[in-house]
Amino acid sequence: MKSIEKMMRKMEPKHDGKWAKFHPVWDGFYTFLFTPGETTNKGAHIRDGIDLKRTMFMVVTALIPCLLFGIYNTGHWHYVATGETTEYMDMFGDKVIYGLIKVLPIVIVSYAVGLGIEFLFCIKNQHAIQEGFLVTGMLIPLVIPADTPLWMVAVATIFAVVLGKEVFGGTGMNIVNVALTARAFLFFGYPTMMSGDKVWMSGIADVPRETLEANGVTGATQLGELATFTGAEADWAYPSIQAFSEHWSIMDSFFGMIPGSVGETSTLAILLGAALLLYTGIASWRIMFSFVAGGLFVGFLANAFAVNEYMMLDPLHHMVIGGFAFGAVFMITDPVTASQTNTGKFIYGFLGGALSITIRVFNGAYPEGVMMAILFANVMAPLIDHYVVGANIKRRVKRLKTKAA
Amino acid sequence: MSENVKAPKEPLFSKKNKKLVSEPLNDNNPVTIQVLGICSALAITVSVEQALVMTASVLAVLAAGNVVISLLRNLIPSRIRIIVQLVVVASLVIIVNEILKAYLPDMAEKLSVFVGLIITNCIIMGRFEAFAMANKPWPSFLDAIGNSLGYGIVLVLVSIIREIFGAGKIFGIQLFGDRIEGTGLYSVGYMDNNLIILAPFALFAVGLIIWVQRARNKALIEDH
Repeated sequence: MKSIEKMMRKMEPKHDGKWAKFHPVWDGFYTFLFTPGETTNKGAHIRDGIDLKRTMFMVVTALIPCLLFGIYNTGHWHYVATGETTEYMDMFGDKVIYGLIKVLPIVIVSYAVGLGIEFLFCIKNQHAIQEGFLVTGMLIPLVIPADTPLWMVAVATIFAVVLGKEVFGGTGMNIVNVALTARAFLFFGYPTMMSGDKVWMSGIADVPRETLEANGVTGATQLGELATFTGAEADWAYPSIQAFSEHWSIMDSFFGMIPGSVGETSTLAILLGAALLLYTGIASWRIMFSFVAGGLFVGFLANAFAVNEYMMLDPLHHMVIGGFAFGAVFMITDPVTASQTNTGKFIYGFLGGALSITIRVFNGAYPEGVMMAILFANVMAPLIDHYVVGANIKRRVKRLKTKAA
Repeated sequence: MSENVKAPKEPLFSKKNKKLVSEPLNDNNPVTIQVLGICSALAITVSVEQALVMTASVLAVLAAGNVVISLLRNLIPSRIRIIVQLVVVASLVIIVNEILKAYLPDMAEKLSVFVGLIITNCIIMGRFEAFAMANKPWPSFLDAIGNSLGYGIVLVLVSIIREIFGAGKIFGIQLFGDRIEGTGLYSVGYMDNNLIILAPFALFAVGLIIWVQRARNKALIEDH
């Protein structure tokens, strides 16, 4: 390590040298490799070894199980759709290779484009490079279908980083979740690549419907099929919600053996990540807990007042399909866009979770509501904080008055 | 001041008058600086042609309206001035709308209610109130030209972005090949972006223009 540090020190751009403008880039790499040795020499400041880089790195580590499972799952559904296998553990190597070929380029493009933009702005503004994108760059590939063309990933990343983050002042200043901004851009910009029944299993765009049906799949996700229950009975994917629940068991969905976006399918892998984030204290348990509580609350409420088939779906089933679990652990907990007060965190999480299921169940046009619910909660977070702080001030003023009286 | 002593006659294109036209184009743009007339900027900027027709309509209404209001400015009782202004702008809009329907029926259909809604365009009432009520007809006319051109520049810029990347066309000419037949760029997987057609993107585009303008024009940077 000593020799690397010596080399890095030697490469440090001088203030008056011709590479002076690139000092933020050098600084970014240097602090990535070594914890900065600077100490505070005035006042009583406490410095913690866990800086932004270590935090971000921990989140990326927590995402690894989702990524690995996503790669395998991508390969699995491709071979199921083409009729080469039906067993989950069959053709292990082929599935991994297929998944790698599909998913890895997306990860690389997302990182290369996003970090490129980040570096560009840091050099232009002469700011230190903040590692906010390390997590965003991993989140983007995990929340989109594996078949998304690479140029779309690039365009969406540029849009999200520039309009979602840099215009507000860079890392830590953004109002809405950057990865979800990228997903929303793709969702509204290229709806045919982000919804329907041609994209959720990799490589089936040109496979005719009859072949798919012969292989026992429709190409739709559970959410896509559930959305048909909000329409006329003739369009229902299954004769009843019971038939649906029998076809897709909660257990299969929990382990992630279902089609969907790359990293969102396996609740188990997401829980592994959640355990790490909660253990290290990086993600707020208050937000995670209340997000799930909000989802369950609306789920049970829909059960209790069920007037159509969709409303009768088991609330637990909602927790394990689509992006709900992924959103609860990795998206809504983003500390930059979440509420800052502890009471606010409960309200904020509950709002997000409740809205997610509300959009799913009551709006047939948007089968998945998690993305929009979280973006909405992000926008509401400062307002929630405002009222929580206001209420606290009022309470204390009142206490002061009674004491004085 | 007695009637006989006249102020020296100002030349038609004095520095002050030129400024009336040039200022709204950049430093005091009605859309990007005053953030007026946003509704129409969102609604009709899907094609450059529509943006140009809209600009021309606003130009006609504002120029004529400013002159009329300026001529009447000493006759209008201040209590009912808004009603008088509304009557003037409403009659002008109806005339413009009828002309469009007669000579450009296709365009009139595309712009639909938005020509009628020029009445509610804040730029027009704003200029009546802020300028025409207190100035002579000729400066009022120049002020109208400047402001509607400033509005038009933004409209055209936004519509260029939206037409190229949203519909793959410019002035109705296909740029990247035929979308339905899948020729040109479309054959290698290019797709038009649907978000750009949606109204929210116009807001993003206006925001981007404001960003670029503020970064380039140091006079606009606010201290804080």
